[in-house]
Amino acid sequence: MSTIVGTIERINGSLIVAHFDEAPKIGDLTEVGDLRLMGEIVRLSGETAYIQCFEATSGLMPGEPVTDLGVPLVAELGPGLMGRIVDGVQRSETELWELTGPFVSRGTNIDPLNRGAKWKFEAKVKPGDKVEGGNVIGVVQETVSFEHRVMVPPGQSGTIKSIKSGEFTVEDVIGELETSSGVVPLKMMQTWPVRIPRPIKERLPLEMPLMTGQRVIDTFFPVAKGGAVAIPGGFGTGKTVTLQQVAKWSDADIIIYIGCGERGNEMADVVAHFPELEDPRSGRKLIERTVIIANVSNMPVSAREASIYMGVTIGEFYRDMGYDVAIMADSTSRWAEALRDISGRLEEIPAEAGFPAYLSDRIAQIYERTGRGVVMGEGRTLGSLTLIGAVSPPGGDFSEPVTTHTLRFIGTFWALDTDLAYRRHFPAINWLRSFTRYMDVSARWWSKLDPEWEASRSQALRLLEEASEVEETARIIGEKALPDEQRLVLLLAEMLREGFLVQSAFHEVDTYCEAEKQTALLKVFIEFYSKVDPLVRAGVPIEMVRNMDVVTELMRLKERAGVEPIEEASKAILAQRDALAEEYEVKL
Amino acid sequence: MVVEQSGLVYRTTSEIRGPILMVEGVKGVAFDEIVNIRRPSGEIVTGSVLDVSRDWAMVQCFGDTSGMDLNIRVRFTGETLKVPMSEELIGRVFSGSFKPLDGIPVPLSTDLRDVNGGIINPAARDVPSEFIQTGLSAIDGMNSLVRGQKLPIFSESGLPHNMMAAQIARQATIPGQETDFAIVFGAMGIKNEEADYFRAEFEKTGALSKSVLVLNLADDPPIERIVTPRIAQTIAEYLAFDLGMHVLVILTDMTNYAEALRTISIAREEVPTRKGYPGYLYSDLATIYERAGRIQGRPGSVTLMPILSMPAGDKTHPVPDLTGYITEGQLILERELSLRGIYPPMNPLPSLSRLMKDGIGEETTREDHQDVSNQLYMAYAEGTRARGLVRIVGEVGLSDRERTWLRFADRFEQEFVNQGPYENRSIEQTLSIAWDLLSILPEEDLIRIRETYINKYHPAHKSDN
Ligand SMILES: Nc1ncnc2c1ncn2[C@@H]1O[C@H](COP(=O)(O)OP(=O)(O)O)[C@@H](O)[C@H]1O
Ligand SMILES: [Mg+2]
Repeated sequence: MSTIVGTIERINGSLIVAHFDEAPKIGDLTEVGDLRLMGEIVRLSGETAYIQCFEATSGLMPGEPVTDLGVPLVAELGPGLMGRIVDGVQRSETELWELTGPFVSRGTNIDPLNRGAKWKFEAKVKPGDKVEGGNVIGVVQETVSFEHRVMVPPGQSGTIKSIKSGEFTVEDVIGELETSSGVVPLKMMQTWPVRIPRPIKERLPLEMPLMTGQRVIDTFFPVAKGGAVAIPGGFGTGKTVTLQQVAKWSDADIIIYIGCGERGNEMADVVAHFPELEDPRSGRKLIERTVIIANVSNMPVSAREASIYMGVTIGEFYRDMGYDVAIMADSTSRWAEALRDISGRLEEIPAEAGFPAYLSDRIAQIYERTGRGVVMGEGRTLGSLTLIGAVSPPGGDFSEPVTTHTLRFIGTFWALDTDLAYRRHFPAINWLRSFTRYMDVSARWWSKLDPEWEASRSQALRLLEEASEVEETARIIGEKALPDEQRLVLLLAEMLREGFLVQSAFHEVDTYCEAEKQTALLKVFIEFYSKVDPLVRAGVPIEMVRNMDVVTELMRLKERAGVEPIEEASKAILAQRDALAEEYEVKL
Repeated sequence: MVVEQSGLVYRTTSEIRGPILMVEGVKGVAFDEIVNIRRPSGEIVTGSVLDVSRDWAMVQCFGDTSGMDLNIRVRFTGETLKVPMSEELIGRVFSGSFKPLDGIPVPLSTDLRDVNGGIINPAARDVPSEFIQTGLSAIDGMNSLVRGQKLPIFSESGLPHNMMAAQIARQATIPGQETDFAIVFGAMGIKNEEADYFRAEFEKTGALSKSVLVLNLADDPPIERIVTPRIAQTIAEYLAFDLGMHVLVILTDMTNYAEALRTISIAREEVPTRKGYPGYLYSDLATIYERAGRIQGRPGSVTLMPILSMPAGDKTHPVPDLTGYITEGQLILERELSLRGIYPPMNPLPSLSRLMKDGIGEETTREDHQDVSNQLYMAYAEGTRARGLVRIVGEVGLSDRERTWLRFADRFEQEFVNQGPYENRSIEQTLSIAWDLLSILPEEDLIRIRETYINKYHPAHKSDN
């Protein structure tokens, strides 16, 4: 690794202009100033390099040295990441705290992967085996439930010359690979430049929904494993809580949670609460499958820009092991603003709202790293990478550049709605404005569980849509003036909203709703409608329907564990319907 | 200002553009370094370096630049802006750039702190979770504040946000604990009479002896407002994390702060985003707001209550908008409520406390608190919807159900939100008013409240237990 030294010419906030006698490479990492702050070369013009500095530049002076490290920003990949909280350039924040106290200090160098820690490596190949980049050569039980698969780095191939099981550090040589260009040592750690996608052998169509235990998501606007989702919303509409819910309850194998330019307390909340929570399926601690990247709002913007790439690269690494990975990025708008900040300091010509013209390309590049496919290496191991990005539109207005560009590259759109949030209807996902392109994937999965699922779902959506039209009319003439059939539609929509769509993240039972319960619940509302609609048409007053005891019970079913209460309610519907029919002498 | 009397003096200013000076031929100048500019009258004005190259420095001047010429003496101090920390700061009054306003010298201390502060490592943060009772039902019942939270008041000129902030400062307590807050009050461009009001309020309750005032008033230099909140937060951090005190910081008016930032940005000819504000307004505000919180292993806390005025009552204006994206909720005051005589004129619907859930419940307030709050939200939203309908179809056009919602909303505003500026309600009182109001509604409509709580706390069932 050759290093070139230059000098600082100018300091403009996070942008450093430096002069080198020998031109460095764009994308190289640098150490800036006497404090040796970390930076990255983002533009070259002759011997002048423009560097975005990942740390605060206060106190730097022109004339101080800049060292080009000759390598790009990489992620260190190997055992030891799981359950950790790191910053945008992969420094462990726990270690930073131990080393330098509760306030982040500058110029502190920490190896992303602990060099001293020993891991129990169990070889899965033997000398003479032919392997290529991506092949698993052994495993480490990294946490109680997480098996870390040690892979041949992408691009290498050959025959295993030697390999040994035992206790090793990430840098210890665990074996040797005989390649066409000589023998190379094998280690548990590899590195990868964060801005370059890790290769995948073959892309495949998406096949499975990512089940999240959130009804409005799984039932109405599902996401497929390997898909891309945007969740835009003004402040307080529920972006963060939704991402946290998906991080907690989804059936991904691995979660990468990126706090990109958001609140410090929210990251502290994740760190504090995840270790207490268990996966409802496997019972394992959620923190054991989660990597947290926290570059909060008051940290330098350049590191915020890097944090998304860091997270995606770490995600791809686990995908390459054959896992289903889901990345939460909160918020991609802050990442885009970091991009805008640097662009402005570089005096680039802005396009919309001050954002550079390449904003759209950068957004596309990030979402393009999602997908499902056959991972590198011999054989057909499958892995997937799902990305869910929060978008924070200024003034809550979805016509701004980050939202509109993002829309072009995603498959599911969860549109958060301020009015719903004001009435504490959470998740405030607007069922009329949201969409999903993964319906076929999802329908296939659900139909195996319940053949009538698709019919129930579309009827429920139809009712909700019809209700919103009826509401328009009601706004003009008043609900009282509507025919009872229409008022029944309104009642049903209200029941679906309160009894199905509203799902509190903080309710001990309802925070997670298993698939069986979701479909049973959906069906019971549809059943109720089909049973009482004929009564109303035959002249039973809507008030009598509303006063049926089962109406309240239906809206409370979500709070009750399991599906038995739903079966009970279904019986009650029949009984109460019959009683009403008898009272009003309606023949059924 | 405590900066050593050293550093190089230049008289090589080539341009003065609004609050910005370009100084040529400088050597050894650091980014963000403090400069002292001497006016012909001998008065020293502070500034800081915004951009520096090998042979020029761009300086933002915190004082007025009018009357300066290119021959002006600019001294580069070699230091970033620091203020001395000491327990003796308590009870003192300073200007917006830390000049004593009470006739006593700045406390002597070798403990100088950079006003930009540090960044609290997210891993070292403690999740704020101690309920603060403010005695105001609209806050305690539906938007509870916790120790270490940053919760702004979004207001408009002419609304009683000062009265409300003073009431909170006066009444804030942790139920069951003998706790007092030290108050750090940072004023940016507010009127003299407003500052006097706060001072008088603090004096009345004896809070003045536990407070530090940093005042940049309407007739003080506007650009100074850039450092005022930072000085206030630096003092608060020291009191909290070094001395272990619980500190309530009030910063008012953040819109004036943002305007100072905009003035600088425009003078630098930066590309503006919305309404002329620079693209970095979000990140800049975050460096002030994010200094609130709690730190593991340190006993104190910084609770932050910024006040800002929304131009034309517009929540989507960049300052309230970006503030809401950073802070842990917002309390929104509305003129319409104020006109109807409601104090505090706070609309709970768009208001929010994100940390409420960690601070309330069985152990701290009461088990039914969250559910009651959720139900109040829903019922009030229905009520205001019904009120909108009345305007079109008249009361007669409402269904019985809608009429009940409407009655609920009216009484909710009058009895729950509305209270006296010296009325200090306990959380029990707040919840009991809430239940009385909710009992107007048919019990089946209390869908957001668990049945066990209905059976336990609903006035119709209370006698059963
Ligand atoms: N699913 C949910 N269940 C209950 N409350 C929610 C839910 N989603 C959001 N909230 C409430 O809304 C508040 C704001 O949500 P948050 O996700 O922080 O918004 P955003 O990230 O969009 O600003 C939360 O503090 C919480 O009170
Ligand atoms: Mg959020």
